[in-house]
Amino acid sequence: MLEIKNLHAELEEDSEVKILKGVSLSIKPGEVHAIMGPNGSGKSTLSYVLSGRDGYEVTEGSATLDGADLLEMDPEERAAAGLFLAFQYPVEIPGVGNMTFLRTAVNAQRKARGEEELSAGDFLKVIRAKAKDLQIDADMLKRPVNVGFSGGEKKRNEILQMAMLEPKMCILDETDSGLDVDAMKLVSDGVNALRDAGRSFLVITHYQRLLDHIVPDVVHILSEGRIIKTGGPELALEVERNGYADLMAEANP
Amino acid sequence: MAALDEMKMRDGVDRETVETVQSMAGTYKHGWETDIEMDFAPKGLNEDIVKLISSKNNEPEWLLEWRLQAYRRWLTMESPDWAMLDIAEIDYQEQYYYAKPKSMAEKPKSLDDVDPKLLETYEKLGIPLKEQMLLAGVEGAEEGRKVAVDAVFDSVSLGTTFQKELAAAGVIFCSISEAVEKHPELVKRYLGSVVPQNDNYFAALNSAVFSDGSFVYIPAGVRCPMELSTYFRINAENTGQFERTLIIAEKGSYVSYLEGCTAPKRDTSQLHAAVVEIVVLEDAEVKYSTVQNWFPGDENGKGGIYNFVTKRADCREDRAKVSWTQVETGSAITWKYPSCILRGDDTQGEFYSIAIANNWQQADTGTKMVHLGKNSRSRIVSKGISAGQAQNTYRGLVSMHPKATNSRNYTQCDSLLIGDKCGAHTVPYIEVRNASSRVEHEATTSKVDDDQLFYCRSRGMDEEEAVALVVNGFCKEVLQELPMEFAMEAQALVAISLEGSVG
Repeated sequence: MLEIKNLHAELEEDSEVKILKGVSLSIKPGEVHAIMGPNGSGKSTLSYVLSGRDGYEVTEGSATLDGADLLEMDPEERAAAGLFLAFQYPVEIPGVGNMTFLRTAVNAQRKARGEEELSAGDFLKVIRAKAKDLQIDADMLKRPVNVGFSGGEKKRNEILQMAMLEPKMCILDETDSGLDVDAMKLVSDGVNALRDAGRSFLVITHYQRLLDHIVPDVVHILSEGRIIKTGGPELALEVERNGYADLMAEANP
Repeated sequence: MAALDEMKMRDGVDRETVETVQSMAGTYKHGWETDIEMDFAPKGLNEDIVKLISSKNNEPEWLLEWRLQAYRRWLTMESPDWAMLDIAEIDYQEQYYYAKPKSMAEKPKSLDDVDPKLLETYEKLGIPLKEQMLLAGVEGAEEGRKVAVDAVFDSVSLGTTFQKELAAAGVIFCSISEAVEKHPELVKRYLGSVVPQNDNYFAALNSAVFSDGSFVYIPAGVRCPMELSTYFRINAENTGQFERTLIIAEKGSYVSYLEGCTAPKRDTSQLHAAVVEIVVLEDAEVKYSTVQNWFPGDENGKGGIYNFVTKRADCREDRAKVSWTQVETGSAITWKYPSCILRGDDTQGEFYSIAIANNWQQADTGTKMVHLGKNSRSRIVSKGISAGQAQNTYRGLVSMHPKATNSRNYTQCDSLLIGDKCGAHTVPYIEVRNASSRVEHEATTSKVDDDQLFYCRSRGMDEEEAVALVVNGFCKEVLQELPMEFAMEAQALVAISLEGSVG
């Protein structure tokens, strides 16, 4: 599904700031991978580089989705190809209804893939059902995108977008930040409901607790722009107990 | 569930926008011209031209005198230079002041007799001249709506639809030249009563040479049974359009009036100087909406319409209400301040505006709210969008006179910048001459945010779709004031006007 090989990236405006220094990982269909790491290790940059945000220069390496070169595509082409990023800080768009935004997005992707657009009626049926599962009410669908949403509402809204867009490769960037226990459960249930054999996840998080709910197949530890250790779910527990210091010392003796 | 169903309507509008935008590859889509034989008055402006225009319209003596008086006043006046507009000098002798399709030499009895080529023009613009139900074009809206249209082509009105049905309700809707012939007493009584001949340079010019325009009269107690609209089309080259619109709403009446404008693409600039006068009597209400899409000039600032417009509504009696909504996307130069004179007690004035300036366009637009009556209320919501090298100025006056006690104004001016070579300016003038009135002014300036665009694109929208979505969101408070059909057109226009402004 997602193949990242020796990915190097630096800040576009300052080539001295090298953030990713050779990241490689391979995610197979249906797998859930977690990336953990201390602040500044390059976790968010990895998600931005994969989704095509401006401001980063890839100097080496590759990233492909089902064999297609992601780095050559515009952000919207990556989305249509099936990549989705749940933002750590979802963006507010005043005056644009949440539903309007989602329908525009869904139909833009369908159009890009040469599929027929969803009619208003069909769209409404689908979104009502999916919104209900995430306890998103009609009012929240009507309000402008993320404007005045609580932290939990914003994150639930990201998951709703994911559910509507049905991507095959989902990246969750610190989706647990700012969530209380109940909201985390709700969001995790939303994610778990989307798990299937054809869909993969890359879950970026600081804390192990999210991984109690969304149980990963593989856990990677990212430090200073490199993956320093890969293991099973038990690796996350180890980090939870001992912090990153030991692992980092082990990687840079 | 009710909320969701309501949303479906608005949602349809937004989707429509995106589809329309996608279907239109070019930029200015009304830039073609109609190839037709025209009768021109000789080039230039003098008393003979004024007389010629008057005689072409078979006008009575008093109106010719009125025009000549205006012309003589105009000669003594100077073009205003206080606006933030850089305008090349206009040679008023290099213009044609009257252009009429040859086939209109003899006035057609009805639209059926009008040259098919002219009718085609309007069909191509998507304006219904057949008396048909207009489908709202929105999913879920099964009921059709009727809209009566007056079609003005260069200097003349081609015809007006639904006149009979309107007449049955007592409503008069016709071209102003027809009104002069058939209802001289009304025209004489109200013409110039809101915008006097010598009000300003361009109003004086218009008073001298106006050739046609629309006339609306709503009798007391009548709610106009359908929306009224006028479509102005400039076609002939080097020809100015000087239309005059007069709307009279008698006691307790209501009308919603729409106005749309387009012109072909040309290298040379063209002059448009219009006057709109609205008289609103006791308890009456007028809603006036404009979608102005004159040719804005090309991306290098060549050509385009110079748009100098004086629009004013007089809420002459108690509880009269007027609402201006404008979407200004076209014209190389826009100089326009639709205003409300709140003369009666408890009168209300509203001004909702979206002004977009892209490439080299310059817009200086706003409103005047003149509070004369007690407890009068006004509300101003202005959304200015600048892109390319454009300059966009909001200029507004809120004036509370000594007798306008307990009056209120609320003003909100928001500017949005796209790119770093354009400018947005807000120039509010506030005069309060009594102690009990309250004036509020809020202003913001923001840029289309890269994070917003990336967020939209990461969900699958391309860059132009993303800009259109964000900008339409910015304009929403104004767009929702427009009648449904216009709202769709306006949303599409907003998107089209900004094509090429990013990236």
